[in-house]
Amino acid sequence: MSTIVVHVEQVGGAPRRASLETLGAARAVCDTVVATICGDGAANAASGLGAHGANKVVVIEGAGTSPDALAKDLAAVVKEHGATAFLVGATSGGRDVAPRVAALLDSTLFSDCIALDKSGDALVVRRPWLAGKLLADMRTEGPVLCATLRRNTFQPGAGGGDAEIVHADANTDFLAVLKDVAAKAADKLDVSEAAVVVSGGRGLGEAENFKIVEDLAAAFGDAAVGASRAVVDMGWRPHGEQVGQTGKTVAPQLYIAIGISGAIQHLAGMKTSKVIVAINKDADAPIFKVADYGIVGDAFEIVPALTEAVKAVKAEA
Amino acid sequence: MKIVACVKRVPTTEAQPVVSGDGTSLDQSGLQYMLSFYDEIAVEKAVQIKESVGGEVIVVSLGPTDGSKEMRECLAKGADRVVLAKDEEWQSRDARATAVALAAQITAQGADMALFGRVATDRDNAAVGPMVATLLGWACVTDVIELDVADGKGVAKRESEAGIETYEFSLPAVITCQKGLAEPRYAGLKGIMAAKKKPLDEVDVTVEANQAQVVKLSPPPARAEGRIIGEGAAAVPALMDALRNEAKVL
Repeated sequence: MSTIVVHVEQVGGAPRRASLETLGAARAVCDTVVATICGDGAANAASGLGAHGANKVVVIEGAGTSPDALAKDLAAVVKEHGATAFLVGATSGGRDVAPRVAALLDSTLFSDCIALDKSGDALVVRRPWLAGKLLADMRTEGPVLCATLRRNTFQPGAGGGDAEIVHADANTDFLAVLKDVAAKAADKLDVSEAAVVVSGGRGLGEAENFKIVEDLAAAFGDAAVGASRAVVDMGWRPHGEQVGQTGKTVAPQLYIAIGISGAIQHLAGMKTSKVIVAINKDADAPIFKVADYGIVGDAFEIVPALTEAVKAVKAEA
Repeated sequence: MKIVACVKRVPTTEAQPVVSGDGTSLDQSGLQYMLSFYDEIAVEKAVQIKESVGGEVIVVSLGPTDGSKEMRECLAKGADRVVLAKDEEWQSRDARATAVALAAQITAQGADMALFGRVATDRDNAAVGPMVATLLGWACVTDVIELDVADGKGVAKRESEAGIETYEFSLPAVITCQKGLAEPRYAGLKGIMAAKKKPLDEVDVTVEANQAQVVKLSPPPARAEGRIIGEGAAAVPALMDALRNEAKVL
């Protein structure tokens, strides 16, 4: 009987999609999935996790304001259930807590995995090296396989039943404590979470011209704005929008690169997107090598026309 | 205050890596190296803290003796000394083995604080900093974009999907540095000359065996050949058609 512990993150009682994907990945390779969940609204979110593949849910009351205390809570659940693996979605919070849990379990960590499979009794993960220039299939000789799973890569767990729900008290021995969250504008999606990413590069000429990128993203509704390293370094866009080896790795359903030539360090951050569209003046730009669809020409003519076309489609729906 | 900045020597971001004949390791011939991008931010922030509150900046690295060029760069940019824990196998160490080795060095230095880059741009684990903090029982804030330290306490901001999070903690602490926290300075001739006289101590270490084992290392599958739909705004209807009816993403 193999058991995997999955830490589920939730916002206002709704589990993050990354967490449901992680439940799905765990469900496919083990007998028993134990989910952990904490924070305001955890009890509400817990009741629905059975349907996504959890057999048991541990609601950790009062946790969530200290990552070091949370790590102790999660490591305790892993030990109590004799789990062979601990998984969490590769979100900002997931990537923060996972190494701490791994260290408490005397185990190493595999970050941002893009596959999780069974090989005999052992689990094998696939993860990118050098920002995806190589892929490594890896296993562990440590006590627990600890891993974070890349977003938009695994299917959310579905078709499960009811889960047993239990409650645990949180560790109150805090080192670092969360004092405040300055929430970003509600309509602003993070580039690593969005289903559609519209990115701009140096080809746009100047910072103000990003308006055409923002307008196209707004037309989709569920899109985020991304940027190349060059324009972030020039101060046109905030670093939080940078896609690439020294920015964020994204894997949306649709990635639209506008005025981005496609330096290797940018390609490393977006190459696993499902569909890539490139719009660029230079027909020889490397971005066209990875794009499914390309349009050669002036972005200031093409992008507004595309924005209108997308608006028309969305209005139909 | 004693501040350790941990740095790693990694292949350059322009590198086109090749798999060795054994199918499980990186072919290191012809690879060019650099300091991991975010580690330069860690060194800069450490030097800035020292400049404002006084103390010493010690750069600690697990790496090869060949890495002394990158270590001298840190000295030229304001670090006081370097402790290079010699390990020719540094590139193949897993996160835990690296963290255990660095935690021992940080303890040996009697540091009040340790700064790391948020991620090393070779293995991309972003694990070693928080692992070291956990092993030492220190506070830790990751991906930090703003940091204030005074009187044994610190306030750090990080960006998550939810927005900007503010954490408070007491020293000792580990901070992992995100772009925006500090802008690495240029060394300048004076810095480069000064660096030649600063201590670069090589120490022997025994590193624990890896738990992580590579089963297979391979290049990613090539994307299916795409196509140029056309030129200019006239190609937009054909693109819309492809996105809706062929790729089915719209």
